[in-house]
Amino acid sequence: MRVNIHHMSVQDLEKIFQDKIDADIRIEPKDWMPDAYRKTLIRQMSQHAHSEIVGMLPEANWITRAPTLRRKATLIAKVQDEAGHGLYLYAATETLGAGREELLEQLHTGKAKYSSIFNYPTLTWADMGAIGWLVDGAAIMNQVPLCRASYGPYARAMVRICKEESFHQRQGFEILLTLSKGSAGQRRMCQDAIDRWWWPSVMMFGPNDDASPHTAQSMQWKIKRFSNDELRQRFVDICAEQVKILGMTIPDPDLKWNEQRQHYDFGAIDWDEFWNVVKGNGPCNKERLAARVRAHEEGAWVREAATAHAEKRELKKDRA
Amino acid sequence: MTHSTALIHYTLHLADDGLILGHRNSEWTGHGPILEQDIALSNIALDLIGQARNFYQYAAELINIGGLSGPSNISNPAMGPGLSDGPRSPVTEDQLAYLRDGWDFKNCLLVEQGNGDWAKTILRQFLFSAYQTTLYEKLAQSRDKTLAAIAAKSYKEGVYHLRWSSEWVIRLGDGTEESHTRMNNALDELWKFTGELHTAATYELETAAKAISPDLSTLQPLWKEKVKEVFDEAGITYPPSVWMQTGGKEGRHTEHLGYVLAEMQFLQRAYPGCEW
Repeated sequence: MRVNIHHMSVQDLEKIFQDKIDADIRIEPKDWMPDAYRKTLIRQMSQHAHSEIVGMLPEANWITRAPTLRRKATLIAKVQDEAGHGLYLYAATETLGAGREELLEQLHTGKAKYSSIFNYPTLTWADMGAIGWLVDGAAIMNQVPLCRASYGPYARAMVRICKEESFHQRQGFEILLTLSKGSAGQRRMCQDAIDRWWWPSVMMFGPNDDASPHTAQSMQWKIKRFSNDELRQRFVDICAEQVKILGMTIPDPDLKWNEQRQHYDFGAIDWDEFWNVVKGNGPCNKERLAARVRAHEEGAWVREAATAHAEKRELKKDRA
Repeated sequence: MTHSTALIHYTLHLADDGLILGHRNSEWTGHGPILEQDIALSNIALDLIGQARNFYQYAAELINIGGLSGPSNISNPAMGPGLSDGPRSPVTEDQLAYLRDGWDFKNCLLVEQGNGDWAKTILRQFLFSAYQTTLYEKLAQSRDKTLAAIAAKSYKEGVYHLRWSSEWVIRLGDGTEESHTRMNNALDELWKFTGELHTAATYELETAAKAISPDLSTLQPLWKEKVKEVFDEAGITYPPSVWMQTGGKEGRHTEHLGYVLAEMQFLQRAYPGCEW
């Protein structure tokens, strides 16, 4: 049945929208959607796209120092995949009416956020392993449910992204595994990286459920399928087992299997640190943003030249 | 110089060109002016490093089967002292990339020059790709079957690199006054390194005599024709002859290479003998 939406009240439209969501029917770009849903998606998707782009920096930091030719090639390919993820996500966000230039402007002025994890420094080669294992691992935990997100273009982008992310995670773990079997210096590198990346990774799931203002609405709209704490618990449970394969330890004295809950208990998260990094006081916030702004500003003449050339070419074609 | 030594040196030269230019291009990863172009240049970096790996693996194979006529030659300074340190075990691609010093590297000077701005990076890639595609096309007919096979495979990648960089040379040359000026500045900085592309090193004279590698002087007119064609479309004047810098292919480099190697080789040097 075709419905003429111009004759319908907002309440009716909202009901049709929520019915679709409840029936797990995807919302597509041309469908009617509440403004708040659109805004939430633009915020979340652009934040995600920005995270991919800023997230290239800490790893790109080791491309020129990768220890073997194979590792060098794999790392370039990985960082390039992240650029690709950024592209799909910007393209998916454009279907909601938000252009890339506008979104980049929000990133560069600090109006839009990106994942705080990328405000931590990469100090040794082992960080390439820890980022793959822990950071990509946490990202996958967050992102796999998004493959079923109610907004079609977002869900479809996430399917591709998740496939590549799980490949990255295995690569990261393999880097750590190699180090864990190596010399004393390499094992030290391995443990040190886990020590530094563990808590920031645990924080990647965001505030506890009782302090997460958007969760309830996002779950009703099926943008989100599990709460922050549920996902965090799943992550801790998996890592607590995997770290044993590395023969390393997780830097949490309270990490213990709880027979009754059938989950690992873990220590308190330092939310002071979390909020400070979100607010811009992390170790690399300023550098990361400055690097993005610099690339954009120094690229301005390149983009202008490309546009000017394309216009001249059009003119020539018209005259011919 | 025996036949095999020349072949090994020539193979290392091809590998070093790929590695150093790939490394330079990869410095852009995450910092490109346009996301799509960041991806494109990273892709070229990956192709070049992939080609380098094929050549290094072949060079290692030649060294390991005794192409340098016995162990004493592996510690020959021409091959790199790092290779003779420690107990003798087969030479690997990584030892060749990470344990030789600057004077053992045989890349041409052009590829080690700093990235500069996007114009300089683009022009460096274009001048090199114009050379590399003509070289690989001929090298695919080499009497050495392995080199021929690697060249045939790499040629296809090179054609894409050439097309991509040609388009950018045209875009920048033709685009705005600023982009045109930047292209000319880049040309001014890089042109003096182009003569070396077609000046044979001693090992290349030998490999050419054995029909392993093409005669470089036959490639030069093809290169010039290609470069001129793109420059014409870009509105850039093909520069007059100038005094050309050479030496890279024989191990005498510009100051830039030392820093590239210091960074690239750091982990292998600081933690010797490890698996990564």
